Amino acid sequence: MEMPAPNASVLSRKDQIVSRLRAVLHDNAVISDEAETRAYECDALTAYRCPPLCAVLPSNTEEVAAVLKICHEMGVPVVPRGSGTSLAGGALPTADSVILGVAKMSAVIETNYPDRYIKVQTGRTNLSVTGAVETNGFFYAPDPSSQLACAIAGNIAMNSGGAHCLKYGVTTNNLLGVTMVMMDGTIVEIGGAHLDAGGLDLLGVICGSEGQLGVVTEATLRILPKPEGARPVLMGYDSNEVAGQVVTDIIKAGVLPVAIEFMDRPCIEATEAFAKAGYPMCEALLIVEVEGSDAEIDAQLALIMEIAAKHNPVELREAKSSDEAARIWLGRKSAFGAMGQINDYMCLDGTIPVSQLPYVLRRIGEMSAEYGLGVGNVFHAGDGNMHPLILFDANKPGDLELCEAFGADILRLCVEVGGCLTGEHGVGIEKRDLMTVQYDPADLEAQMAIKDVFDPAWLLNAAKVFPLASSEARRAA
Amino acid sequence: MKPNSEQDLAQLITDANGPLRIQGGGTRSYGHATGDVLDMSAMSGITLYEPGALTIVAKAGTPLSEINATLAAENQRLAFEPMDHRALLGTAGEPTIGGVVAANVSGPRRISVGACRDFLLGVRFIDGSGNIIKNGGRVMKNVTGYDLVKLLAGSYGTLGVLTEVSFKVLPNVASQTTLVLTGLDDAQAVHAMSAALSSPYEVTGAAHDPSAGKTRFRLEGFVDSVAYRAKELVQVLAPFGTPSEEDTDWAAIRDVSAFADQPGNVWQISVKPSDAPALVAQMGAKAVQYDWGGGLIWALTNGGDLRAKLGDLKGHATLIRGVADVPTFQPEPAPLAAISTGLRKKFDPRNILNRGLMA
Repeated sequence: MEMPAPNASVLSRKDQIVSRLRAVLHDNAVISDEAETRAYECDALTAYRCPPLCAVLPSNTEEVAAVLKICHEMGVPVVPRGSGTSLAGGALPTADSVILGVAKMSAVIETNYPDRYIKVQTGRTNLSVTGAVETNGFFYAPDPSSQLACAIAGNIAMNSGGAHCLKYGVTTNNLLGVTMVMMDGTIVEIGGAHLDAGGLDLLGVICGSEGQLGVVTEATLRILPKPEGARPVLMGYDSNEVAGQVVTDIIKAGVLPVAIEFMDRPCIEATEAFAKAGYPMCEALLIVEVEGSDAEIDAQLALIMEIAAKHNPVELREAKSSDEAARIWLGRKSAFGAMGQINDYMCLDGTIPVSQLPYVLRRIGEMSAEYGLGVGNVFHAGDGNMHPLILFDANKPGDLELCEAFGADILRLCVEVGGCLTGEHGVGIEKRDLMTVQYDPADLEAQMAIKDVFDPAWLLNAAKVFPLASSEARRAA
Repeated sequence: MKPNSEQDLAQLITDANGPLRIQGGGTRSYGHATGDVLDMSAMSGITLYEPGALTIVAKAGTPLSEINATLAAENQRLAFEPMDHRALLGTAGEPTIGGVVAANVSGPRRISVGACRDFLLGVRFIDGSGNIIKNGGRVMKNVTGYDLVKLLAGSYGTLGVLTEVSFKVLPNVASQTTLVLTGLDDAQAVHAMSAALSSPYEVTGAAHDPSAGKTRFRLEGFVDSVAYRAKELVQVLAPFGTPSEEDTDWAAIRDVSAFADQPGNVWQISVKPSDAPALVAQMGAKAVQYDWGGGLIWALTNGGDLRAKLGDLKGHATLIRGVADVPTFQPEPAPLAAISTGLRKKFDPRNILNRGLMA
């Protein structure tokens, strides 16, 4: 994955830049020692690393503004960073960049239960947002699987989703307002505790802009009353086609489960060996979860089981207790870890129309044989968001490149059948050069025009999202 | 001007030498756009509908009624419940799906499931320079590149002319009921609505009509489930009185029918619910209606600048009906206005699309 050559002028002015940053931040909030900047050399896409020029850890919006103002004046690229859990390289530095981390900004600013929102600094982790409101019976709905570690800042940058978005939507559907610092240091407030935009929906375009339009320092998030209860049912089938049909039939029957998870045979085998959740050995396994009171759950599960039974399941297992529910989820939740036990893996997240599921799984199987690399599929079937996990050996020369080529082919397939390159992880550097598969030049031009308005000098996270060739003229200007 | 295809429209915009006023069904007449009418009604038709994937795609000029009928045949619906502005604004014509998106129109269910923009999955549009642009797509989860889908929703045609839109749809419900509390003042009503919306019983509408003295709570779902939740919700609402179950016309609440036959200006004000009663007290309107649990105020006035009475409003007020020497949309703080102006200049450098409507 190519990154632009660092700006020599910026590199040569490192001392000057660091000393100006030190003048506006506490001493321990500016990290410039080469041994220490290594901590920021990558995010969760660990195959690519590059220590930044320096890293700063401001404590509040005003300090962020001071940092950006200096970087803007001095022409220094800035890479914002939440918790560094991006699987797409969204927080990968360049050698000439300042990493702006929001890790020190994790306070709850306000909770308001009658109006059902919480306002937080964006370094706060996703799970601890729910943690701050759950004793009052509320939760924050988007639940990316990294929710223990990932920060709201990164969730907003990538418009993160999760397993439960069929019912609750993704970050953009649960974000009410932001305080954002523009690259020139201007602080803006967009949205608030009220609903919808009064003018253009700037909040909508900021969410998912991968840290390229501004640095979001505070966020007002919608919180929801916790459901009375939730329970899953597990079902196994002899073919992906049949399992795909079951998903369609459930949705058409008028039930709206909170989650429909799908695992294929390689993934079932790996998780069984690892977590021993007692899953049936079959081609396709579904976990369907519904919410409500006990009686409501019983009624919905009865309807779902009736549909499931019509398709001759290998196994049909309803959780009768919270213990049984936990066992059903155990394998799914350890799927990534289980695949990681076998080998290194790359996780993709292309989305496809649900109707294309059997075809896409068959094609992935064929490609797996062609490339000679194993692949397991675990994904959110209700919304078509796939997570193919391609196994490779990082120590074997050429294997990473082979894996990336296989991954690119899978993503091309997703676009070909009417889907997209990324459903929740973001483009970052990982899918940057595939953007032309999904978008025509005019489509990309329209997106880049937005960055021109927010960040005319293209200093914020500029080597991401757009193919380097497409953005070159703007970055060089 | 009545284009038949994206190519026609792109050419027409490229060749335009004056402003264009974009029209779907012509039913949402607020704002003051100038220019020749660009009639989108010929670009009509549902291009894809997959009930099993909860997805529908339609050309922008497709009548909303056609979409609703198609969805109903599969027992599905547009869950955000778009308002019909005809009676309130005294317009005729057939609302189109493109118009719904351009104005980001939602209804009472917005409080629980989200707005039009939350269900919008993809757009195709022609910008002010005649470029054909697509964004998003037809799948529910898509973070590939910037989200122009949200940006186009509610941009009132000022960034581009929509040609095709795709939506997430939801299953229809088997039954619904409405619980009604009577005699609450505005502050008590908002408290009661907050309590209901903070419960796990999935209230899908919470509206207060001060003139009728009625505060209404809608429940929807499977028959047994609605019965159970109604029983539980009665307990939640007990501190505010004993609700009765009543047949309620939620379309009338959605369309603000109460103001349809009354003269005066109509404002739509979005605020956080707990701010609403005090704002209503200071605005001195002829009449108001609350929706979205108090977060949406409809105000009927004799004219003038309602915003001047709201002080430093944490929210926004839009003049939906009537003439007043004030902007239709809430003026933005300078830095945001600069961004919005900058975006319009990029997407419509000649300022020919719905000129004067938003800024």
